[in-house]
Amino acid sequence: MTYEAVIGLEVHVQLKTETKLFCGCRNEFGAEPNSHVCPVCLGLPGALPVPNEEAVIKTILTGLMMGSSIRARAKFDRKNYFYPDMPKNYQISQYDQPLCLEGGVNLPVLAFPKDAQKEEQALAGKRVRLVRIHLEEDVGKSFHLENCSGIDFNRAGTPLMEIVTEADLTTPEEAFALLTTIREILRYGKVSDVDMEKGQLRCDVNISVRPVGTEAFGTKREIKNLNSISAVRRALKHEIQTQIHLVSSGGTVVQQTLRWDDARGETIPMRTKEQAHDYRYFPDPDLLPIRTEGRLRTEAERRMPELPETKKGRLCQTYGLSEYQASVLASDPPLAEYFEEAARSTRHPLPLANLVLNDYLALRQEDPGQVPVPAEYLGELADLQSEGTLNSRQTREVLAILIQTPRPPKEIAKERGLTQISDSQVLEAFCREAISANPKSVADFKGGKSAAINALKGFVMKKTRGQANPQRIHELLESLLREP
Amino acid sequence: MEKSAFPFLPETDAFRYGYSVPTVAIDVAYVAGLARLRLSPEEIETFGNQLEQVLAYVKKLEEVDVQDVVLVGEEKGFQNRLRPDRALPELSTNEALENAPQRGSGLFLVPRILE
Repeated sequence: MTYEAVIGLEVHVQLKTETKLFCGCRNEFGAEPNSHVCPVCLGLPGALPVPNEEAVIKTILTGLMMGSSIRARAKFDRKNYFYPDMPKNYQISQYDQPLCLEGGVNLPVLAFPKDAQKEEQALAGKRVRLVRIHLEEDVGKSFHLENCSGIDFNRAGTPLMEIVTEADLTTPEEAFALLTTIREILRYGKVSDVDMEKGQLRCDVNISVRPVGTEAFGTKREIKNLNSISAVRRALKHEIQTQIHLVSSGGTVVQQTLRWDDARGETIPMRTKEQAHDYRYFPDPDLLPIRTEGRLRTEAERRMPELPETKKGRLCQTYGLSEYQASVLASDPPLAEYFEEAARSTRHPLPLANLVLNDYLALRQEDPGQVPVPAEYLGELADLQSEGTLNSRQTREVLAILIQTPRPPKEIAKERGLTQISDSQVLEAFCREAISANPKSVADFKGGKSAAINALKGFVMKKTRGQANPQRIHELLESLLREP
Repeated sequence: MEKSAFPFLPETDAFRYGYSVPTVAIDVAYVAGLARLRLSPEEIETFGNQLEQVLAYVKKLEEVDVQDVVLVGEEKGFQNRLRPDRALPELSTNEALENAPQRGSGLFLVPRILE
Protein backbone atom coordinates (compact mmCIF):
# COMPACT_ATOMS: atom_id res chain seq x y z
CA MET A 1 0.00 0.00 0.00
CA THR A 2 1.26 3.50 -0.72
CA TYR A 3 0.65 6.32 1.70
CA GLU A 4 0.36 10.06 1.29
CA ALA A 5 0.94 12.80 3.82
CA VAL A 6 -1.57 15.50 4.73
CA ILE A 7 0.11 18.65 6.01
CA GLY A 8 -1.18 21.93 7.40
CA LEU A 9 0.93 24.85 8.60
CA GLU A 10 0.58 27.53 11.24
CA VAL A 11 3.00 30.29 10.34
CA HIS A 12 3.90 32.87 12.97
CA VAL A 13 5.36 36.13 11.72
CA GLN A 14 6.75 38.96 13.81
CA LEU A 15 5.44 42.24 12.48
CA LYS A 16 7.73 45.17 11.78
CA THR A 17 6.52 47.85 14.15
CA GLU A 18 8.15 50.48 16.30
CA THR A 19 6.32 49.33 19.45
CA LYS A 20 4.55 46.33 20.98
CA LEU A 21 0.98 45.27 20.24
CA PHE A 22 -0.76 46.58 23.35
CA CYS A 23 1.71 49.03 24.90
CA GLY A 24 4.28 51.63 23.84
CA CYS A 25 7.39 49.57 24.69
CA ARG A 26 9.88 49.24 21.87
CA ASN A 27 9.71 46.19 19.63
CA GLU A 28 13.47 45.69 19.35
CA PHE A 29 15.44 42.47 18.91
CA GLY A 30 18.64 41.91 20.85
CA ALA A 31 18.26 44.60 23.52
CA GLU A 32 19.43 44.07 27.14
CA PRO A 33 17.04 41.60 28.83
CA ASN A 34 13.92 43.16 30.36
CA SER A 35 14.84 46.64 29.13
CA HIS A 36 11.67 47.10 27.00
CA VAL A 37 8.96 46.38 29.52
CA CYS A 38 6.11 48.21 31.26
CA PRO A 39 3.14 47.34 33.50
CA VAL A 40 1.06 46.27 30.47
CA CYS A 41 3.46 43.70 29.02
CA LEU A 42 4.53 42.51 32.49
CA GLY A 43 0.89 41.79 33.27
CA LEU A 44 0.83 43.96 36.39
CA PRO A 45 -2.61 44.40 37.97
CA GLY A 46 -4.69 47.29 36.66
CA ALA A 47 -2.69 47.88 33.49
CA LEU A 48 -4.85 48.22 30.39
CA PRO A 49 -3.92 47.20 26.83
CA VAL A 50 -4.54 49.52 23.85
CA PRO A 51 -4.01 47.99 20.37
CA ASN A 52 -1.32 49.35 18.07
CA GLU A 53 -3.05 50.48 14.86
CA GLU A 54 0.04 49.80 12.76
CA ALA A 55 -0.07 46.09 13.66
CA VAL A 56 -3.76 45.96 12.74
CA ILE A 57 -3.12 47.67 9.39
CA LYS A 58 -0.24 45.30 8.58
CA THR A 59 -2.43 42.27 9.32
CA ILE A 60 -5.22 43.61 7.09
CA LEU A 61 -2.65 44.33 4.35
CA THR A 62 -1.40 40.73 4.60
CA GLY A 63 -4.98 39.53 4.20
CA LEU A 64 -5.40 41.72 1.11
CA MET A 65 -2.14 40.43 -0.40
CA MET A 66 -3.26 36.83 0.16
CA GLY A 67 -6.79 37.27 -1.12
CA SER A 68 -8.48 36.88 2.27
CA SER A 69 -11.81 38.35 3.18
CA ILE A 70 -11.28 41.16 5.67
CA ARG A 71 -13.85 40.94 8.43
CA ALA A 72 -15.77 44.14 9.15
CA ARG A 73 -15.67 43.40 12.87
CA ALA A 74 -12.85 41.63 14.67
CA LYS A 75 -12.20 41.09 18.35
CA PHE A 76 -9.52 39.91 20.76
CA ASP A 77 -9.85 36.92 23.09
CA ARG A 78 -7.89 35.57 26.00
CA LYS A 79 -6.19 32.23 25.53
CA ASN A 80 -5.62 30.91 29.03
CA TYR A 81 -2.59 28.88 29.93
CA PHE A 82 0.01 28.87 32.62
CA TYR A 83 3.59 29.18 31.59
CA PRO A 84 6.24 31.57 32.91
CA ASP A 85 6.86 33.18 29.49
CA MET A 86 3.36 34.73 29.64
CA PRO A 87 3.09 36.88 32.77
CA LYS A 88 -0.68 37.49 32.59
CA ASN A 89 -1.42 33.73 32.53
CA TYR A 90 -3.22 34.35 29.27
CA GLN A 91 -2.17 35.40 25.82
CA ILE A 92 -4.27 37.96 23.95
CA SER A 93 -5.15 36.38 20.62
CA GLN A 94 -8.12 36.18 18.27
CA TYR A 95 -10.43 33.18 18.50
CA ASP A 96 -13.71 33.25 16.59
CA GLN A 97 -13.52 36.71 14.99
CA PRO A 98 -10.05 37.10 13.43
CA LEU A 99 -9.16 40.01 11.16
CA CYS A 100 -8.92 37.89 7.99
CA LEU A 101 -10.63 34.71 6.84
CA GLU A 102 -9.79 32.40 3.94
CA GLY A 103 -7.57 33.40 1.00
CA GLY A 104 -4.79 31.42 -0.63
CA VAL A 105 -1.26 31.36 -2.00
CA ASN A 106 -0.04 29.94 -5.35
CA LEU A 107 3.19 27.97 -5.39
CA PRO A 108 5.49 29.02 -8.26
CA VAL A 109 8.11 26.58 -9.57
CA LEU A 110 11.06 28.65 -8.41
CA ALA A 111 9.78 28.73 -4.82
CA PHE A 112 10.50 25.01 -4.58
CA PRO A 113 13.90 23.77 -3.41
CA LYS A 114 16.36 23.75 -6.35
CA ASP A 115 16.60 19.95 -6.42
CA ALA A 116 12.81 19.63 -6.79
CA GLN A 117 12.13 22.28 -9.43
CA LYS A 118 11.97 19.79 -12.27
CA GLU A 119 9.51 17.53 -10.45
CA GLU A 120 5.82 17.31 -11.24
CA GLN A 121 4.84 18.74 -7.87
CA ALA A 122 6.76 21.94 -8.60
CA LEU A 123 5.28 22.32 -12.06
CA ALA A 124 1.70 21.77 -10.88
CA GLY A 125 1.15 25.41 -9.87
CA LYS A 126 -0.77 24.38 -6.77
CA ARG A 127 -2.89 26.78 -4.76
CA VAL A 128 -2.82 26.39 -0.99
CA ARG A 129 -5.93 27.70 0.75
CA LEU A 130 -5.76 29.66 3.98
CA VAL A 131 -8.11 29.21 6.91
CA ARG A 132 -7.44 32.54 8.57
CA ILE A 133 -4.94 35.22 9.51
CA HIS A 134 -5.06 36.63 13.01
CA LEU A 135 -3.12 38.93 15.28
CA GLU A 136 -1.84 38.02 18.74
CA GLU A 137 0.90 38.93 21.17
CA ASP A 138 4.19 37.06 21.27
CA VAL A 139 5.42 35.56 24.52
CA GLY A 140 8.64 36.21 26.44
CA LYS A 141 11.86 34.37 25.82
CA SER A 142 13.04 31.72 28.24
CA PHE A 143 16.59 30.58 28.86
CA HIS A 144 17.09 27.19 30.39
CA LEU A 145 19.76 27.34 33.05
CA GLU A 146 21.06 24.50 35.16
CA ASN A 147 18.71 24.69 38.13
CA CYS A 148 16.16 27.22 36.98
CA SER A 149 14.88 29.09 33.95
CA GLY A 150 15.40 32.79 33.21
CA ILE A 151 12.78 34.92 31.50
CA ASP A 152 13.26 38.00 29.33
CA PHE A 153 9.99 39.82 28.65
CA ASN A 154 11.29 42.12 25.88
CA ARG A 155 9.49 39.97 23.30
CA ALA A 156 6.37 39.55 25.44
CA GLY A 157 3.54 41.53 23.90
CA THR A 158 5.23 42.20 20.55
CA PRO A 159 2.87 41.78 17.57
CA LEU A 160 2.75 38.30 16.11
CA MET A 161 0.63 37.44 13.10
CA GLU A 162 -0.50 33.87 12.59
CA ILE A 163 -1.32 32.51 9.13
CA VAL A 164 -3.17 29.18 9.26
CA THR A 165 -3.38 27.05 6.11
CA GLU A 166 -5.82 24.31 5.18
CA ALA A 167 -4.29 20.81 5.19
CA ASP A 168 -3.72 21.20 1.44
CA LEU A 169 -0.04 20.26 1.39
CA THR A 170 1.19 16.76 0.69
CA THR A 171 4.99 16.98 0.55
CA PRO A 172 7.87 18.63 2.46
CA GLU A 173 8.80 20.45 -0.76
CA GLU A 174 5.36 22.03 -1.04
CA ALA A 175 5.68 23.25 2.55
CA PHE A 176 9.08 24.70 1.64
CA ALA A 177 7.62 26.45 -1.42
CA LEU A 178 4.69 27.82 0.56
CA LEU A 179 6.96 29.35 3.19
CA THR A 180 9.28 30.81 0.54
CA THR A 181 6.29 32.38 -1.21
CA ILE A 182 4.79 33.74 2.01
CA ARG A 183 8.15 35.22 2.96
CA GLU A 184 8.42 37.03 -0.36
CA ILE A 185 4.87 38.42 -0.16
CA LEU A 186 5.43 39.67 3.39
CA ARG A 187 8.64 41.42 2.34
CA TYR A 188 6.84 43.05 -0.57
CA GLY A 189 4.20 44.43 1.76
CA LYS A 190 6.93 45.59 4.22
CA VAL A 191 4.90 43.72 6.83
CA SER A 192 7.93 41.96 8.28
CA ASP A 193 11.62 41.56 7.47
CA VAL A 194 11.07 37.82 7.95
CA ASP A 195 14.62 37.44 9.26
CA MET A 196 14.96 33.77 10.19
CA GLU A 197 18.05 34.37 12.31
CA LYS A 198 16.00 36.65 14.53
CA GLY A 199 13.17 34.15 14.71
CA GLN A 200 10.82 36.43 12.79
CA LEU A 201 9.19 33.46 11.10
CA ARG A 202 8.35 30.39 13.15
CA CYS A 203 6.22 27.54 12.07
CA ASP A 204 4.13 24.75 13.60
CA VAL A 205 3.29 21.84 11.29
CA ASN A 206 0.50 19.26 11.56
CA ILE A 207 1.11 15.97 9.80
CA SER A 208 -0.88 12.81 9.29
CA VAL A 209 -0.64 10.02 6.73
CA ARG A 210 -3.31 7.96 4.97
CA PRO A 211 -3.43 5.36 2.21
CA VAL A 212 -3.50 7.05 -1.20
CA GLY A 213 -7.06 7.35 -2.45
CA THR A 214 -8.74 7.42 0.95
CA GLU A 215 -10.58 10.45 2.29
CA ALA A 216 -10.42 10.04 6.08
CA PHE A 217 -7.54 11.74 7.88
CA GLY A 218 -5.10 9.73 9.95
CA THR A 219 -4.19 10.77 13.49
CA LYS A 220 -2.10 13.90 13.31
CA ARG A 221 1.03 14.84 15.17
CA GLU A 222 2.27 18.39 15.58
CA ILE A 223 5.86 19.63 15.39
CA LYS A 224 6.19 22.98 17.09
CA ASN A 225 8.44 25.96 16.68
CA LEU A 226 10.44 25.25 13.55
CA ASN A 227 12.50 28.31 12.83
CA SER A 228 13.85 27.89 9.34
CA ILE A 229 12.32 26.95 6.01
CA SER A 230 14.85 24.18 5.39
CA ALA A 231 14.29 22.79 8.90
CA VAL A 232 10.57 22.53 8.09
CA ARG A 233 11.44 20.45 5.05
CA ARG A 234 13.80 18.17 6.99
CA ALA A 235 11.44 17.73 9.94
CA LEU A 236 8.50 16.89 7.65
CA LYS A 237 10.53 14.39 5.68
CA HIS A 238 11.55 12.65 8.88
CA GLU A 239 8.07 12.68 10.41
CA ILE A 240 6.32 11.42 7.26
CA GLN A 241 8.76 8.50 7.03
CA THR A 242 8.28 7.72 10.71
CA GLN A 243 4.48 7.72 10.45
CA ILE A 244 4.37 5.67 7.25
CA HIS A 245 6.77 3.16 8.74
CA LEU A 246 4.60 2.94 11.86
CA VAL A 247 1.28 2.57 10.05
CA SER A 248 2.50 0.15 7.39
CA SER A 249 3.98 -2.14 10.03
CA GLY A 250 0.63 -2.40 11.76
CA GLY A 251 1.09 0.27 14.43
CA THR A 252 -1.01 3.33 15.17
CA VAL A 253 0.01 6.96 15.35
CA VAL A 254 -0.60 8.50 18.78
CA GLN A 255 -1.55 12.18 18.86
CA GLN A 256 1.46 14.03 20.18
CA THR A 257 3.24 17.34 20.21
CA LEU A 258 6.84 17.15 19.11
CA ARG A 259 9.92 19.26 19.03
CA TRP A 260 12.45 19.00 16.19
CA ASP A 261 16.13 18.61 16.97
CA ASP A 262 17.69 19.83 13.75
CA ALA A 263 21.25 18.91 14.68
CA ARG A 264 20.35 15.29 15.45
CA GLY A 265 17.66 15.05 12.80
CA GLU A 266 14.99 13.63 15.08
CA THR A 267 11.74 14.59 16.78
CA ILE A 268 11.38 14.61 20.55
CA PRO A 269 8.00 14.50 22.33
CA MET A 270 7.29 17.64 24.37
CA ARG A 271 6.47 16.95 27.99
CA THR A 272 4.59 20.07 28.98
CA LYS A 273 1.16 21.39 28.17
CA GLU A 274 -0.38 17.88 28.27
CA GLN A 275 -3.58 19.41 29.52
CA ALA A 276 -3.07 22.86 28.20
CA HIS A 277 -5.06 22.30 25.05
CA ASP A 278 -8.11 23.43 26.96
CA TYR A 279 -7.39 27.11 26.57
CA ARG A 280 -10.79 28.32 27.79
CA TYR A 281 -10.92 31.16 25.29
CA PHE A 282 -13.16 34.08 26.12
CA PRO A 283 -13.48 37.65 24.81
CA ASP A 284 -10.98 40.01 26.41
CA PRO A 285 -13.12 42.46 28.37
CA ASP A 286 -10.28 45.01 28.39
CA LEU A 287 -10.42 45.45 24.62
CA LEU A 288 -13.10 46.82 22.34
CA PRO A 289 -13.81 45.13 19.04
CA ILE A 290 -12.12 46.57 15.96
CA ARG A 291 -14.06 47.85 12.97
CA THR A 292 -11.95 47.53 9.88
CA GLU A 293 -13.98 49.48 7.32
CA GLY A 294 -12.95 53.08 6.91
CA ARG A 295 -9.48 54.28 7.77
CA LEU A 296 -7.83 50.95 8.65
CA ARG A 297 -8.89 49.25 5.46
CA THR A 298 -8.27 52.31 3.28
CA GLU A 299 -4.76 52.63 4.66
CA ALA A 300 -4.05 48.93 4.03
CA GLU A 301 -5.36 49.27 0.47
CA ARG A 302 -3.18 52.33 -0.11
CA ARG A 303 -0.11 50.27 0.85
CA MET A 304 -0.99 47.35 -1.39
CA PRO A 305 2.19 46.62 -3.45
CA GLU A 306 2.47 45.05 -6.87
CA LEU A 307 2.65 41.40 -5.84
CA PRO A 308 5.60 39.12 -6.75
CA GLU A 309 3.58 37.06 -9.22
CA THR A 310 2.26 40.14 -11.00
CA LYS A 311 5.71 41.70 -11.08
CA LYS A 312 7.30 38.57 -12.58
CA GLY A 313 4.65 38.42 -15.28
CA ARG A 314 5.08 42.09 -16.12
CA LEU A 315 8.91 41.87 -16.26
CA CYS A 316 8.66 38.96 -18.72
CA GLN A 317 6.06 40.77 -20.85
CA THR A 318 7.59 44.22 -20.89
CA TYR A 319 11.27 43.38 -21.27
CA GLY A 320 11.21 39.91 -22.78
CA LEU A 321 13.04 38.43 -19.79
CA SER A 322 13.12 34.73 -19.06
CA GLU A 323 11.05 33.47 -16.16
CA TYR A 324 14.24 32.81 -14.23
CA GLN A 325 15.56 36.36 -14.77
CA ALA A 326 12.19 37.83 -13.79
CA SER A 327 12.11 35.72 -10.63
CA VAL A 328 15.58 36.71 -9.53
CA LEU A 329 14.74 40.39 -10.05
CA ALA A 330 11.35 40.01 -8.35
CA SER A 331 12.93 38.39 -5.31
CA ASP A 332 14.91 41.60 -4.73
CA PRO A 333 12.47 44.53 -5.08
CA PRO A 334 15.12 47.32 -4.87
CA LEU A 335 17.14 45.56 -7.59
CA ALA A 336 14.04 45.16 -9.75
CA GLU A 337 13.32 48.86 -9.34
CA TYR A 338 16.90 49.69 -10.30
CA PHE A 339 16.67 47.48 -13.36
CA GLU A 340 13.45 49.13 -14.50
CA GLU A 341 14.94 52.58 -14.06
CA ALA A 342 17.99 51.55 -16.11
CA ALA A 343 15.74 49.97 -18.71
CA ARG A 344 14.29 53.41 -19.48
CA SER A 345 17.63 54.47 -20.95
CA THR A 346 18.45 51.48 -23.09
CA ARG A 347 17.22 50.03 -26.35
CA HIS A 348 18.31 46.56 -25.21
CA PRO A 349 16.57 45.49 -21.99
CA LEU A 350 17.49 41.81 -22.27
CA PRO A 351 21.29 42.36 -22.40
CA LEU A 352 20.76 44.91 -19.64
CA ALA A 353 19.14 42.22 -17.49
CA ASN A 354 22.18 39.98 -18.06
CA LEU A 355 24.48 42.84 -17.17
CA VAL A 356 22.56 43.55 -13.96
CA LEU A 357 22.09 39.94 -12.88
CA ASN A 358 25.59 38.71 -13.70
CA ASP A 359 28.19 41.44 -13.68
CA TYR A 360 26.58 44.15 -11.59
CA LEU A 361 25.48 41.75 -8.84
CA ALA A 362 28.91 40.08 -8.74
CA LEU A 363 30.74 43.40 -8.47
CA ARG A 364 28.26 44.68 -5.90
CA GLN A 365 28.87 41.64 -3.72
CA GLU A 366 32.63 42.01 -3.93
CA ASP A 367 32.52 45.62 -2.84
CA PRO A 368 29.48 46.37 -0.72
CA GLY A 369 30.76 49.82 0.24
CA GLN A 370 30.64 51.16 -3.30
CA VAL A 371 28.76 54.26 -4.46
CA PRO A 372 25.53 53.61 -6.33
CA VAL A 373 25.82 53.75 -10.10
CA PRO A 374 23.16 56.01 -11.66
CA ALA A 375 20.75 53.67 -13.41
CA GLU A 376 20.90 55.46 -16.75
CA TYR A 377 24.66 54.76 -17.01
CA LEU A 378 23.95 51.06 -16.77
CA GLY A 379 21.35 51.43 -19.50
CA GLU A 380 23.86 53.20 -21.73
CA LEU A 381 26.46 50.55 -21.04
CA ALA A 382 24.00 47.88 -22.17
CA ASP A 383 23.61 49.83 -25.45
CA LEU A 384 27.39 50.08 -25.96
CA GLN A 385 27.68 46.33 -25.54
CA SER A 386 24.64 45.35 -27.56
CA GLU A 387 25.51 47.64 -30.42
CA GLY A 388 29.00 46.21 -30.74
CA THR A 389 31.03 49.13 -29.40
CA LEU A 390 32.28 47.09 -26.42
CA ASN A 391 32.78 43.37 -26.10
CA SER A 392 31.77 41.62 -22.86
CA ARG A 393 35.23 41.81 -21.30
CA GLN A 394 35.46 45.53 -22.04
CA THR A 395 31.94 46.00 -20.71
CA ARG A 396 32.96 44.48 -17.40
CA GLU A 397 36.04 46.68 -17.34
CA VAL A 398 33.94 49.81 -17.84
CA LEU A 399 31.46 48.63 -15.23
CA ALA A 400 34.23 48.13 -12.67
CA ILE A 401 35.37 51.73 -13.23
CA LEU A 402 31.78 52.94 -13.24
CA ILE A 403 31.29 51.46 -9.78
CA GLN A 404 34.38 53.27 -8.45
CA THR A 405 33.68 56.67 -10.01
CA PRO A 406 30.37 56.99 -11.78
CA ARG A 407 30.69 58.80 -15.12
CA PRO A 408 28.99 58.27 -18.47
CA PRO A 409 30.25 54.89 -19.76
CA LYS A 410 31.04 56.38 -23.17
CA GLU A 411 33.57 58.71 -21.55
CA ILE A 412 35.21 55.86 -19.67
CA ALA A 413 35.47 53.72 -22.80
CA LYS A 414 37.04 56.62 -24.71
CA GLU A 415 39.57 57.48 -21.99
CA ARG A 416 40.70 53.90 -21.71
CA GLY A 417 40.80 53.42 -25.43
CA LEU A 418 38.27 50.68 -24.99
CA THR A 419 36.45 50.38 -28.20
CA GLN A 420 35.78 47.20 -29.90
CA ILE A 421 37.15 46.78 -33.40
CA SER A 422 34.26 45.70 -35.55
CA ASP A 423 35.57 47.13 -38.80
CA SER A 424 35.75 44.12 -41.12
CA GLN A 425 38.70 45.40 -43.17
CA VAL A 426 40.82 45.98 -40.10
CA LEU A 427 39.83 42.64 -38.60
CA GLU A 428 40.40 40.77 -41.83
CA ALA A 429 44.02 41.92 -41.91
CA PHE A 430 44.53 40.55 -38.37
CA CYS A 431 42.82 37.27 -39.32
CA ARG A 432 45.01 36.77 -42.35
CA GLU A 433 48.07 37.40 -40.16
CA ALA A 434 46.80 34.76 -37.70
CA ILE A 435 46.37 32.23 -40.48
CA SER A 436 49.84 32.68 -41.92
CA ALA A 437 51.48 32.64 -38.46
CA ASN A 438 49.75 29.42 -37.29
CA PRO A 439 49.98 26.82 -40.03
CA LYS A 440 49.50 23.95 -37.57
CA SER A 441 46.15 25.24 -36.27
CA VAL A 442 45.05 25.88 -39.83
CA ALA A 443 45.93 22.30 -40.78
CA ASP A 444 44.12 20.94 -37.71
CA PHE A 445 41.01 22.93 -38.56
CA LYS A 446 41.05 21.79 -42.14
CA GLY A 447 41.57 18.23 -40.88
CA GLY A 448 38.23 18.42 -39.04
CA LYS A 449 39.21 19.77 -35.59
CA SER A 450 36.84 22.70 -35.46
CA ALA A 451 38.09 23.70 -31.98
CA ALA A 452 41.45 24.64 -33.58
CA ILE A 453 39.88 27.91 -34.64
CA ASN A 454 40.11 29.07 -31.01
CA ALA A 455 43.89 29.27 -31.21
CA LEU A 456 43.54 31.61 -34.20
CA LYS A 457 40.94 33.71 -32.39
CA GLY A 458 43.25 33.96 -29.40
CA PHE A 459 46.02 35.22 -31.70
CA VAL A 460 43.80 38.00 -33.04
CA MET A 461 42.55 38.97 -29.56
CA LYS A 462 46.17 39.18 -28.36
CA LYS A 463 47.22 41.31 -31.33
CA THR A 464 44.28 43.67 -30.84
CA ARG A 465 44.75 43.71 -27.07
CA GLY A 466 41.30 42.24 -26.61
CA GLN A 467 39.52 44.89 -28.58
CA ALA A 468 38.32 42.80 -31.43
CA ASN A 469 34.70 41.78 -31.69
CA PRO A 470 34.96 38.03 -31.02
CA GLN A 471 31.79 37.25 -32.93
CA ARG A 472 33.07 39.03 -36.04
CA ILE A 473 36.53 37.35 -35.85
CA HIS A 474 34.90 33.97 -35.66
CA GLU A 475 32.83 34.64 -38.74
CA LEU A 476 35.78 36.11 -40.64
CA LEU A 477 38.16 33.28 -39.75
CA GLU A 478 35.63 30.68 -40.76
CA SER A 479 35.05 32.20 -44.16
CA LEU A 480 38.79 32.77 -44.76
CA LEU A 481 39.61 29.18 -43.82
CA ARG A 482 36.93 27.86 -46.14
CA GLU A 483 38.46 29.75 -49.07
CA PRO A 484 39.94 27.30 -51.52
CA MET B 1 -33.31 31.30 50.68
CA GLU B 2 -30.59 33.16 52.53
CA LYS B 3 -29.81 36.77 51.91
CA SER B 4 -27.52 37.07 48.94
CA ALA B 5 -23.80 37.43 49.27
CA PHE B 6 -23.96 39.24 45.92
CA PRO B 7 -25.81 42.51 46.58
CA PHE B 8 -25.21 43.76 43.02
CA LEU B 9 -27.68 41.23 41.62
CA PRO B 10 -31.25 42.46 41.00
CA GLU B 11 -33.79 41.85 43.76
CA THR B 12 -36.34 40.23 41.48
CA ASP B 13 -38.95 37.78 42.76
CA ALA B 14 -37.30 34.95 40.93
CA PHE B 15 -34.03 35.81 42.58
CA ARG B 16 -35.54 36.37 46.01
CA TYR B 17 -37.45 33.12 46.14
CA GLY B 18 -34.95 31.17 44.18
CA TYR B 19 -37.52 29.26 42.15
CA SER B 20 -35.71 29.41 38.86
CA VAL B 21 -32.07 29.68 39.85
CA PRO B 22 -30.43 27.18 37.51
CA THR B 23 -27.61 24.92 38.61
CA VAL B 24 -24.35 24.75 36.71
CA ALA B 25 -22.02 21.84 37.15
CA ILE B 26 -18.34 22.65 37.33
CA ASP B 27 -15.41 20.27 37.48
CA VAL B 28 -13.29 22.09 40.02
CA ALA B 29 -10.55 19.48 40.14
CA TYR B 30 -10.06 19.73 36.37
CA VAL B 31 -10.05 23.54 36.28
CA ALA B 32 -7.67 23.62 39.26
CA GLY B 33 -5.40 21.28 37.31
CA LEU B 34 -5.38 23.64 34.33
CA ALA B 35 -4.52 26.51 36.66
CA ARG B 36 -1.76 24.46 38.34
CA LEU B 37 -3.50 24.78 41.73
CA ARG B 38 -3.23 22.04 44.33
CA LEU B 39 -6.55 21.73 46.22
CA SER B 40 -7.56 19.38 49.04
CA PRO B 41 -10.79 17.36 48.60
CA GLU B 42 -12.45 19.66 51.16
CA GLU B 43 -11.39 22.73 49.21
CA ILE B 44 -12.66 21.20 45.99
CA GLU B 45 -16.01 20.68 47.68
CA THR B 46 -16.17 24.21 49.14
CA PHE B 47 -14.99 26.04 46.02
CA GLY B 48 -17.21 23.85 43.89
CA ASN B 49 -20.31 24.91 45.77
CA GLN B 50 -19.31 28.55 45.77
CA LEU B 51 -18.43 28.64 42.08
CA GLU B 52 -21.59 26.86 41.11
CA GLN B 53 -23.57 29.45 43.01
CA VAL B 54 -21.76 32.28 41.23
CA LEU B 55 -22.29 30.70 37.84
CA ALA B 56 -25.93 30.06 38.60
CA TYR B 57 -26.46 33.75 39.29
CA VAL B 58 -24.58 34.74 36.15
CA LYS B 59 -26.68 32.30 34.16
CA LYS B 60 -29.71 34.36 35.06
CA LEU B 61 -28.45 36.89 32.53
CA GLU B 62 -29.86 34.57 29.92
CA GLU B 63 -33.32 35.63 31.04
CA VAL B 64 -32.68 39.28 30.17
CA ASP B 65 -34.33 40.41 26.97
CA VAL B 66 -31.47 41.61 24.76
CA GLN B 67 -33.40 41.85 21.52
CA ASP B 68 -32.93 45.61 21.27
CA VAL B 69 -29.45 45.71 22.75
CA VAL B 70 -26.77 46.66 20.26
CA LEU B 71 -23.50 44.71 20.37
CA VAL B 72 -20.41 46.72 21.32
CA GLY B 73 -18.86 47.88 18.09
CA GLU B 74 -22.16 47.82 16.26
CA GLU B 75 -23.53 51.02 17.74
CA LYS B 76 -23.84 54.15 15.64
CA GLY B 77 -20.79 56.36 15.69
CA PHE B 78 -18.55 53.63 17.16
CA GLN B 79 -14.92 54.69 17.12
CA ASN B 80 -11.96 52.31 17.23
CA ARG B 81 -9.79 52.76 20.30
CA LEU B 82 -6.32 52.32 18.90
CA ARG B 83 -2.88 53.72 19.59
CA PRO B 84 -0.43 55.22 17.08
CA ASP B 85 2.79 53.19 16.74
CA ARG B 86 4.92 55.52 18.86
CA ALA B 87 7.19 54.60 21.75
CA LEU B 88 6.17 55.51 25.30
CA PRO B 89 8.25 55.54 28.50
CA GLU B 90 9.28 52.10 29.76
CA LEU B 91 10.29 50.77 33.16
CA SER B 92 13.97 50.41 33.95
CA THR B 93 15.22 46.83 34.17
CA ASN B 94 15.74 47.34 37.88
CA GLU B 95 12.16 48.53 38.43
CA ALA B 96 10.82 45.71 36.30
CA LEU B 97 12.63 43.07 38.35
CA GLU B 98 11.65 44.52 41.71
CA ASN B 99 8.81 42.02 42.20
CA ALA B 100 10.74 39.05 40.85
CA PRO B 101 10.89 36.07 43.20
CA GLN B 102 14.52 35.71 42.12
CA ARG B 103 16.63 37.57 39.59
CA GLY B 104 19.93 37.14 37.83
CA SER B 105 21.66 38.69 34.76
CA GLY B 106 18.63 40.92 34.22
CA LEU B 107 16.28 37.91 34.02
CA PHE B 108 13.33 36.78 36.09
CA LEU B 109 14.41 33.44 37.55
CA VAL B 110 11.71 30.80 37.91
CA PRO B 111 11.64 27.04 38.60
CA ARG B 112 13.09 25.19 35.65
CA ILE B 113 10.70 24.93 32.70
CA LEU B 114 10.41 21.57 30.99
CA GLU B 115 10.17 21.52 27.23
